[in-house]
Amino acid sequence: MFGYIVKRIAASVCTLLFVAAITFLVMNAIPGSPFLEENTTVEQMELANEKYGLDKPLIVQLKNYLVGYLHGDLGTSLKMQKGTPVSDLIFHQGKFVLSIKLGILALLITVLVGVPLGCIAAYFRGKWIDNVLSVFSTLGIAIPNFVVATLLLEVLAIRLGMLPSVSGSLTDVKSYIMPVISLGLYYACYVAKLTRTSMLDAINQDYVRTAKAKGLKTNKIIFKHALRNSLIPVITYLGPLTAGLMCGGFVIETTFGIPGLGRYFVSSIIERDYPVIMATTIVLSALVIGMNLLVDIIYTFVDPRITLTGKGE
Amino acid sequence: MDEHKKLIEVNNLQVSFFTPAGEVKAVDGISYSLGYNEVMGIVGESGSGKSVEAYSIMGLLQSPGKVIGGSILLEGKNLLDYSKKQMRDICGKEISMIFQNPMTCMNPVYTVGDQLMEAVTCHDKSISKKEARNRAIEMLNMVGINNAEKRIDQYPHEFSGGMRQRAMIAMGLICHPKLLIADEPTTALDVTTQAQILELMKELQAKNNMSIIFITHNLGVVAEICDRVSVMYAGHIVEQGEVNDIFYHPQHPYTRGLLASMPRLDSEGKERLIPIEGTPVDMLDTPKGCRFAPRCAECMKVCVEQEPPAVCINANGHISSCWQHIRQMKEEVGNR
Repeated sequence: MFGYIVKRIAASVCTLLFVAAITFLVMNAIPGSPFLEENTTVEQMELANEKYGLDKPLIVQLKNYLVGYLHGDLGTSLKMQKGTPVSDLIFHQGKFVLSIKLGILALLITVLVGVPLGCIAAYFRGKWIDNVLSVFSTLGIAIPNFVVATLLLEVLAIRLGMLPSVSGSLTDVKSYIMPVISLGLYYACYVAKLTRTSMLDAINQDYVRTAKAKGLKTNKIIFKHALRNSLIPVITYLGPLTAGLMCGGFVIETTFGIPGLGRYFVSSIIERDYPVIMATTIVLSALVIGMNLLVDIIYTFVDPRITLTGKGE
Repeated sequence: MDEHKKLIEVNNLQVSFFTPAGEVKAVDGISYSLGYNEVMGIVGESGSGKSVEAYSIMGLLQSPGKVIGGSILLEGKNLLDYSKKQMRDICGKEISMIFQNPMTCMNPVYTVGDQLMEAVTCHDKSISKKEARNRAIEMLNMVGINNAEKRIDQYPHEFSGGMRQRAMIAMGLICHPKLLIADEPTTALDVTTQAQILELMKELQAKNNMSIIFITHNLGVVAEICDRVSVMYAGHIVEQGEVNDIFYHPQHPYTRGLLASMPRLDSEGKERLIPIEGTPVDMLDTPKGCRFAPRCAECMKVCVEQEPPAVCINANGHISSCWQHIRQMKEEVGNR
C-alpha cells in the first residue's frame, strides 16, 4: 500500500502542474488586466506590466509560476492586497480556516443526518416514513442553497430575531447555524437518497438473511451488516464533496457575509489578480486530489476485498 | 421441561404470497413431524414450496409472503405465536439454518471469526470475547478446517466454496441447536465437495444429537443422509415416509416419476430415464383437484375434480395422497 501511495502522490504532482497550466491559459484568455482602472494611462499599464513580468511571453510566465510552485512559492498578490505573499493571504489571514470550519461542519451534518435517514428510509421502504423522507430529501435537493439561506435569514434572523443575520468571522456558535444548514442541506438530502439506494441493495443480500437466521437484532443487522457494505458509494461521493465543501461555499459565504476562501477566490477572478487565482486553484485542486486518495485508502478499511497494489489488476 | 416425543410438528401450514397478479399459495396445508435425532429430507422441484416452508419456521419470510394458517410447534410451543424478540432468541440457538450459496451467505466485510463469534455472543451476553473466540476455533476445527487459529481471522473471500459452507455449518452449530434446517446446502458445491459436506453433516448430526430438515431436489443426497422423506409438489406434501419405503415402495405417481427420472447405479442393462411429462403448475391458477393430475399418466376423472385424501400406506408413517390408493382399496374390498 505504501508503494501505491507514493505512486499516487507522484501522479498528483503531474496533475497539479497540468491544472496550473490549464488555469493559466484560461485565465489569460479572459480580457482585462489587474492594473486596468478608469484613469490608467497606456504608459502606466506598460510600466506595471513590465514590473510584474506580465509583458513576457506566456510560456515564460507559466514557467515562472511553475518553478515558483515547485519551490513552494505561491507568488505575490498583484491587486487585492498588493505586495502580500499569496500564501499569507490564503493560510495566515484565517480565510482558509473559516472555509474549512464551515465545510467540516456541513460535512458532519451531511454524514450524521444523511446516512441514518437513508438507513431508516431503506428499512421502512414503502412505508409512510420512507415516503415522508423521500418527499423531504427531494425537496432538499431541488431547492438551491441560496434560497434556503434566504429563507433561513428571513425567518430565523429577521422575523424571529433568534440568530444574527451576518455571520462575519464565525466567532459565535449562533453564527454557525444558518450557514452550516444552508450549505449542508442539499448534500445531506443527496446522501440520504444515496444511502437508501445502496442500503436497499445490501438488505436483500444473502448475508443479511444469514444474520437474521443467527437471531441478531434488527439494528445490528442494519447498522453492522448492511451499512458497512452499502458505504462504498457514499464514501466515493463524500471524498470530492469534502474538498468542495471546504472551499466552495461561495454563495453561502457571500449571503452570510463570511470572509472565507470561496468568496475570496471569486473576487480574485473578478479583479484579475492572477497569482491569487492560480494559487487558490492549485490549493483547491490539491485538496480534491488528496481527498480522492484518502477515499481510496478508506475503501481498504471498509471492504477488505479491496487492496491497493498499484498494479492494474 | 415437558417431554415431547416430537421436536417439531408442523400442522396444516399455509403460506401465501400476495403478489400484484394474485395470491400464490406457495405452501398449502402441509403437515409433518420430526422426532429428536431424526433427519428428514424435503424433496421437490423448484417452486414446490420447500424453501418457503423452511423460511416460515425461521420467521424469515419476506414480504409479500405470509403465513396464513396452521401451526409450527417446537417442543409443543407454537412458533407462529412468538413475538419477534422470542423468535430472535430461538433462531440460531434452538433452530439454525444453513443456506444454498455459501459464496454470498457470509458478510464479505467481516472476518469469519467475527461472524461466528457474533452467533454466540448475541444469544449469551455473559460470554467473554475470549471464550467466544475459543468456541469459534473449536467449531472450525470440528467442521474440519485446518489451521483454525489462523483461519478465524481471515475474510470469507479467502475461503474456498467448500470451506465457506463448512464455516457456515460451524456458525449454525455453534450454539448447539436442536434443529438444523439445511436449505440445499450442497447444491452450489462441486460433486467431491458435496460428498464431503454430506459426510460432515452426518457425522455432526450423530455427535451433537440434533435433528436436521434437509431441503434438496437431489434424491441421491436424500438417500445418503435422511431417515425420512417428504416429497413436495406445488405446495403440497404428496408423499412422506421412511427413506426405504419411499425409495423401494414409492406410492404416489409423482414420486415414482421422480425416481424413474433419476439414474441409478444398481440398474441393470440399458434402462432409459423417463422424464415426467409436462411443466410445473401455474401457482396463480392451481387445478381444482389433485395438483399433479395434469401431468399424471394415471389420472382419473375424480383426480381433476377433488383433492385426493392422504392415505396411510403402512404403520411406519408412510403416507401418500392419491386417488389411486382409494381405487385400489375399493378393488381389494370388492375382491373379497
